[in-house]
Amino acid sequence: MKILVSIKRVIDYNVKVRVKADNSGVDLANVKMSMNPFCEIAVEEAVRLKERSIKEGRVATEIVVVSIGPTTAQEQLRTALGLGADRAILVESAEELTSLAVAKLLKAVVDNEQPQLVILGKQAIDSDNNQTGQMLAALTGYGQGTFASKVEVSGDSVAVTREIDGGAQTVSLKLPAIVTTDLRLNEPRYASLPNIMKAKKKPLEVLTPDALGVSTASTNKTIKVEAPAARSAGIKVKSVAELVEKLKNEAKVI
Amino acid sequence: MTILVIAEHDNKVLAPATLNTVAAAVKIGGDIHLLVAGEGAGPVAEAAAKIAGVSKVLHADNAAYAHQLPENVAPLLAELGKGYSHILAAATSNGKNILPRVAAQLDVDQISEIISVESADTFTRPIYAGNAIATVQSSAAIKVITVRATGFDPVAAEGGSAAVEAVSAAHNAGTSSFVSEEQAKSDRPELTAAKIVVSGGRGMQNGDNFKQLYALADKLGAAVGASRAAVDAGFVPNDMQVGQTGKIVAPQLYIAVGISGAIQHLAGMKDSKVIVAINKDEEAPIFQVADYGLVADLFEAVPALLSELN
Repeated sequence: MKILVSIKRVIDYNVKVRVKADNSGVDLANVKMSMNPFCEIAVEEAVRLKERSIKEGRVATEIVVVSIGPTTAQEQLRTALGLGADRAILVESAEELTSLAVAKLLKAVVDNEQPQLVILGKQAIDSDNNQTGQMLAALTGYGQGTFASKVEVSGDSVAVTREIDGGAQTVSLKLPAIVTTDLRLNEPRYASLPNIMKAKKKPLEVLTPDALGVSTASTNKTIKVEAPAARSAGIKVKSVAELVEKLKNEAKVI
Repeated sequence: MTILVIAEHDNKVLAPATLNTVAAAVKIGGDIHLLVAGEGAGPVAEAAAKIAGVSKVLHADNAAYAHQLPENVAPLLAELGKGYSHILAAATSNGKNILPRVAAQLDVDQISEIISVESADTFTRPIYAGNAIATVQSSAAIKVITVRATGFDPVAAEGGSAAVEAVSAAHNAGTSSFVSEEQAKSDRPELTAAKIVVSGGRGMQNGDNFKQLYALADKLGAAVGASRAAVDAGFVPNDMQVGQTGKIVAPQLYIAVGISGAIQHLAGMKDSKVIVAINKDEEAPIFQVADYGLVADLFEAVPALLSELN
């Protein structure tokens, strides 16, 4: 089986985000960049599926990791190779692309690679779109298991348990299929030093949208980016009794 | 301009988020049609026809739509949606699952989780976990949009009298099938619809201690939520998570217990009318957004609060 994992280079989740003074976007100069946390979960899930296939004596899974982004996204691809992916593809694009453009590029990669399973993070923590996996599923015509908390491959299908409002839903998808990860699917490992060294020798292919024959034109235009309205701090109460009194008589909410 | 709104439902009851989504459609302006796709969802279509501002209800009744599988519902929407200027869905787990698939089928970009309508083609939405607000303009012929419910006051559920029209189009892709669904069993109100929400964070220390919050919530008729830290630590399930990557809530009263107030959590609750924070760390960022802050050990304050309410 072949698994394609898509990852995105984003601002590190620990970095405090600052809006640029000219409201053109978020200041990313000299800011630490990392692999999107949901994408780390996607890589980990692929590695676990591969480990399971080896343990059960089945044909070993090949993991191909792909990223669409600037040249520097090679760092995150190397990280994924250090975590256990076998080879990497960078579709290089300096511009910021919409989810639909990314999905079209991934569709072209899927056409070339013919994976049985594609795993993506459910959303990137920069654009917060939560679109790419579903769009890729539409373009390929595959079934989709979004917001996955459990993934079980058996034969020519995959059972995906999904986090939904108020509970969990399990669907069965015919392979090939698309899965997007939610928080509780797994806890990603750290790459060991020997594996990071080995990752440097693994193949990394660089492609361009042109070479894939994909147009990345967009119908969305960001006009401005602003800091959110701040909510001001209220008062400190001294006791539980005072709190209840305020909620009853001042705020009138209980 | 005619807007197609997708009704959120479970084949029996129309979900309240639909009313907020219709409110966003009203702001855009134009005729509003509502699509109820399901199986045996007649009562939902009837309820939908009464929503103020809706001029027509499209009712697609087919076994393939019973569980809202996107592989089957998205083609239906892409087919029906071609005649519309906008397609809107609530940014619920269901809307988020289906709508991008529709947008890709129509070959347009989607705008996710809008919180305001600036004009018929321009909207605002939070990015970077709510640390920035982007104003986005769409030039697409069909604008495909998910709506964050807390950004819009709901329209009235009664007062309209739209005609219900049956839609016969059947789409069954055959690539997916429903296996099972487990709704978390609870007598408490649903998190996003509750008037009062009590949430616990890493300060709760373990899942067992959440019982104290359940007791408090039951006293107040409240729903119980949690921070991502509490979910990550395995104290409670993910469907309780409040924040940019979980549920977005805006109740009358939000009580944050043992929650430090990471920006990603604030993004999910800062539109609450009144915020109470109980935390022993007086430097915790949650106090910067709280209307009433109590610096105290939660394991003393929560039982005291419960007995004070009794």
